[in-house]
This record gives sequence, structure tokens and C-alpha cells, in this order.
Amino acid sequence: MKRVIGALAAAGLAVVLAGCGGGSAGTAAEPVHFWTLKDPTNEVQQAGIDTLNKTAATKVVMDVVPSDGYLDKLRTAMGSNRMPGMFFSWGGGPMREYATNKKIVDVATLPGGKDVASHFLPAVLKVGQTSDGTLVGVPSRGTQPVFVFYNKKVFAGAGVQPPKTWSDVQSLIATFKGKSITPFALAGQGGNEWTELMWLEYLTDRLGGPAVFERIQSGDSSGWNDPAVRQAAEMIKTMVDSGAFGTKFGSVAYGAGGSSTLLSSGKAAMQLMGSWEYAVQQGTSADFAKNGLGYVPFPTVDGGKGDPKNVVGNPSNYVSVTTTADPAAAGGYLQSLYSDDYINGLVKMGEVPVTSNAKAALAAAPDPAYATFQFDLVQQAPAFTQSWDQALGFKIATPLLAELQKLFNGQQTPEQFVAAAAALK
Amino acid sequence: MAALASTDRLARTSSAHRTSSATGRPGATWALPGLLFFLLFAVVPMAAVAYLSFTDWDGLGTPRLNGGANWSRLVHDPAIVHATVVTFVLLIGNIVVQAPIAILLGVWSAGPERNRAALSTIFFVPLLLSTAATAVMWRQLLDPNFGVPATLPWLFGGDGNFVGTSNGAIVCLVAVTSWQFIPFHTLLFQASARAIPVTLYQAAEIDGAGRFRQFRSITLPQLRNTIITSSTLMVVGGLTAFDIVLVLTNGGPGTDTATLPFRMYQEGFSSYDMGYASAIAVVLLALSTGISLLLVRVTGYDKMQSTLEGL
Repeated sequence: MKRVIGALAAAGLAVVLAGCGGGSAGTAAEPVHFWTLKDPTNEVQQAGIDTLNKTAATKVVMDVVPSDGYLDKLRTAMGSNRMPGMFFSWGGGPMREYATNKKIVDVATLPGGKDVASHFLPAVLKVGQTSDGTLVGVPSRGTQPVFVFYNKKVFAGAGVQPPKTWSDVQSLIATFKGKSITPFALAGQGGNEWTELMWLEYLTDRLGGPAVFERIQSGDSSGWNDPAVRQAAEMIKTMVDSGAFGTKFGSVAYGAGGSSTLLSSGKAAMQLMGSWEYAVQQGTSADFAKNGLGYVPFPTVDGGKGDPKNVVGNPSNYVSVTTTADPAAAGGYLQSLYSDDYINGLVKMGEVPVTSNAKAALAAAPDPAYATFQFDLVQQAPAFTQSWDQALGFKIATPLLAELQKLFNGQQTPEQFVAAAAALK
Repeated sequence: MAALASTDRLARTSSAHRTSSATGRPGATWALPGLLFFLLFAVVPMAAVAYLSFTDWDGLGTPRLNGGANWSRLVHDPAIVHATVVTFVLLIGNIVVQAPIAILLGVWSAGPERNRAALSTIFFVPLLLSTAATAVMWRQLLDPNFGVPATLPWLFGGDGNFVGTSNGAIVCLVAVTSWQFIPFHTLLFQASARAIPVTLYQAAEIDGAGRFRQFRSITLPQLRNTIITSSTLMVVGGLTAFDIVLVLTNGGPGTDTATLPFRMYQEGFSSYDMGYASAIAVVLLALSTGISLLLVRVTGYDKMQSTLEGL
């Protein structure tokens, strides 16, 4: 009991102290805590912070948070009075919610913040802005477009070429099925629905262009009734029924030991995935990543209204500044995100930065061909649609993913899926 | 023997009497720390959840009262009906599988032989593992591409995607939960079976009762209170079981294994609809309290009758 009282007292004290910290921010030399996701680029982030801390009056401290449930942990912290000073996120819906609740600040109001926007590619910057164009998140990482990965050996063995059009996709499905190879590896296990969402995102964009989702994202749920969404859902059903994903995808998780291993072991021929797939493959076999893994843009769809050069995925990751942070320190950190040191550091890690000065730096990438492929893909894209689950926010994304999984599992028809999605509020 | 037992009882009463006269009956203040603890960590949160169930709250802003909106949504939500059905299917499945096995294993392991002691130690191993670790392990074992079904296709039939089918997922959940919790219930029954006086069996043997008759007429009635304890634990545990669903199937395929607690988690911590999640939590609270009260009432457990009456 004594211990419990002690713990309670300590917790109470911590709350009081945190309250004080929040109140005095901006005057005292209290360090700005920066929450970031645990991954290999932490090294680059830390180097940038170290440089900054040498001269800055207020220090920045980086708190590395393990990736499992990162957004949930952030959300909980942001709802309490112990908000971090700055945080890393995927931008879009969840970040905009923080802006609506006045938890994060307009970057332009920070010292030196007005100039920040001009250093980044506009298509990528959009996801860091609120609906009225206020910049609340600054790109801090490489771009992560989604495209088709394939196993070169499997394709050579079958004597076929990677798909360029939708009819190529259909004939490849038949070819690989005949060889008892799963045409597309798909992670359809609960919790991995975002991999299924990529198909819907791309097909909707190819069929109806980015305007279809922009309408949905703006809060108009009747946008789901757009013929493009329904046709995309029907194409998905046709793919599932024709065995494009095999029969066991409902028990496959994404990553090594799951869909990525199906691809690298040759049990599957292709996988639609974000650019991080390369790093995942590299984690198990650097040789396969470099020599065995092929990649092409998402195929064109005949008769579609969308530009075939459009991409979907994660435009970048974004750093936002909360109301508790010292503005000078935060502004200083945001400016360091487009410094040469930071960009070169990211490139060495295999990332493809989204600053206007990035292209020249890509020659130093571990696999320059792969880095350039991604940069060109993004730079030439008229529209870069953010992953829908990231763009929509938790409240709609969670039930949407559940409905989508039912479509893939054959538990509901395309019509039922569209109706269910349109009913989400 | 009867004389021995009665002197024993006498001794017990007198010693109890001595203790109580020495220290005095504890006053109400003695209950205060426990009561405060219960108030602070059970009653207050429960009241807060009940309040939140009438609000619209995303966990960021301030909760806004929205009348009975969450509740009217809950009543008309087909997903909740489905989740309730799944919860009860799992619950009943678990009791039907676990109880008989645990009773038989418990009674068997209560015997004095060495090999029984050694084997029951092995049986208890799953109890030492955390549910999350167990679920991760089984998920990998059941993986149709890289697990057991890939190596032994004849065992699971079809394409080996047993855990990915609606019924298969339920069977897997029951099987894995049973695998983990049978040892615990076995332990209860083992202790209880060891407490049954040997004289009863000796007397039955003299009367010519066989093994089966002894089990049915002596062991089972003597285990009565333990059976009630064990099934109450299974019911309450089953109603709130969540971790295994989250890790093993994540409510899938689709939402076929989404139980009430899993729904509550999803609404609360994936959709951040704390109000609706709280409404589900209140339903769960009412359900589990109601069912365990009912169990205690129906079985007469509250009267705490001894199974050794007349010995």
C-alpha cells in the first residue's frame, strides 16, 4: 500500500511538473523532446540534432519510440498534458486532427519557418498541410511510392516480361497459375489490410483519377459511390476469383516470414508494395534485393481517366511542432531538414529525399538505379495520392479496412463494399 | 476414523477461538486500505466509463455529451450482435473442451505415482508462457505457407489455410486457449482431488464399486465446488479474452472472430471512438457480472456448503 501511495504521489507530482513545463515553454531552457520512429535513419536524425545542439540555446532531445503502435502511443501522449515538443508522423488525417485540436502549430509562425516550404516538392508538401493550406508538417524522410515488385528469376523461368498494361496482368495471372506459382503475394491477415488497400487505391486512381479520392477525403462520403470505386472493387473481386493472390492470402502477414518471403522464395511472382520492400528484402538477403528483385510502375488500365503516371503511397514522413515546444529550437530543427548533411545522410541510408536539391545527391545511394527510379516516378507524377488509411484518419480508416478485407475474402460483393464504405462517418 | 475426525474438528475450533480472543475482531477500519484501493482502481474507472459511454470523445479534445447516441447505435449495430454471438461460441466451446479434459487430467495426476508427477510437470509448461507468446508461436505453427500445414499437408487438408477459414479460426482459438489454460484448471482439480479422503474410496471398494462407479459417485460430487470455481473462472476469463484473438487471428478472417472485447479495443484504440468503446465496455461489465452472479446463485456456491458434510 505504501508503495502504491508513493507511486500515486509521484505520478501526481509528475503531472504537476509537466504542467509547469508546458506553461513555461518558450522561456526556460527546457529541451524540446522529439518523438521519432525507431529505424535505421535515426542515426541521420541524431547527427542533425547534434550539430544543432552545439550552437542552439535550447537543446533538442530525440526520443526513439519502437514502431509497434507508434501512432497509438503518440495519440495517447498528445491527449495528455505530456505532449512531445515535436513528433514524426505520416501526415494526413491523424496529423490534421492534431491541428484541428490546436495541438500543433503553423510552421510559418516559427522563427525562420516562412522559408521552409520553398525547399520541398509541392506534391509531397501537400500531405503536411491542413485543408486550408496551412503547413503543419515538414517532410523529414524519403518518399515511399507504391509500385510492383517482381522476382526476376521467376519471370525468366516463365519466359515472360513484367506487366505494363492490365491485360498483361491478366495473362500473367494465367501463366503463373499454370506453373503453380502465386501470381501476386498478398498479405491479407487481419492487421495487414493496408496491403489490400493499395490495390483499391491504384485501381481507383487509374480508372477515375485522383479527384475521386480527393472528394472522399474532403468528407463527402457519397464520393464512394463514384463508378471508379465500384469498378475498382469489381476488378479486385475478379482478381481474387481468378486466383491472382492464391487461396491462402488471408493467413499471410506482410514482411519477412510472410508475403516478402513468398516473393523472394519464388512461391509468388509479384507483390504490390511500398518502396520499403527493398529494405525488407535486404534484411534477409542483400543479394536478392540487389539482383533478384525487379520493379516496375503500376500498370496502365485501358479506358481509365487517371493519368498512368500518377502514384500512390506515402509521399514522405513529416515533423510537426506542438504548442509546448520552444519556437526557436523547433524552427532551427525544421530548417536543418533540408541541409546538405541531412539529405546526404538520408541518401546513404537508401532513402529518396523530397527536397528540390535531392536529385544530385542520389548518385551516392547504395543502389543509385533504384533511388533514381523512385525519384523519377515521384517527380514525374502529376498526382501523388497519400495512402487512404493515412489520409482519412482513424475513425473512418479502421472500419474501411475491415470492409475491404471482407471484399478480398469474398465475404461481401463489390456493391456491398461500396455501400458499406459510403455509410462510414 | 470418525472419532479422529471429530477430535480434529474440535482442535480446529478451539484454536480458532484462541486466536480470535487474543487479537480481537478486526474493526471496519481494517478494510479501509482495500476499500480505497477498490474505489480508486475499480469503482472510479467504472463510473468514468459509464459516463464516457454517453459522450462523443476522440481521446484528444474534451468529451462532449451526446445523449444516448452511442447506446442507440449499439442496439442497432449488427456487428455487436455478431461479436456477442462469437464471444459466446468461444466461451461455450472453451468450457466444453477444457472442463472434461481438465477434470480427467487433474484426477489422474492426483495419484501418488512418480510418473504421474513427472508427466504433470510437463503438462504445466504452457501455463508458464504468456498468452501473447503462446499466440505468436501458434500463429507461426498454423501458418499455411511456412508452418506445419506446409510440411504436413495431409494433416489440415485442402490448401492448409485452416486458420484462415471462419470455422477453422474459431476451432484454432478454442484449441490454443485450451492448450494454454487446461493446465491451470488441471492444477485446481489435482489439488481438489488430493483433498478427497481416501477412506471414501476404501469404503467404496469394500462395497464392490468399480473404478468408473467410484469416479462418478465419489470423485465428481467431491469436486463440485472446484467445478463451479473453475467454470466461473472460464466464463469470466472467456468473456474478457482479448489478447489471443488480437494476436492469433486479429478478429479475422474479415470480422468472423471479432469478440466483444476485441470490438471494444478496435473502437477505442484503432478508431479512437472512446464513447462507443465505453458503451461496449459497460455491456461487457454488465454481462460478466450478471453471468457470474447467476452461476454463483444457481449452483448454490454462495452458501459454501462443504462436500465433507457428515465425515
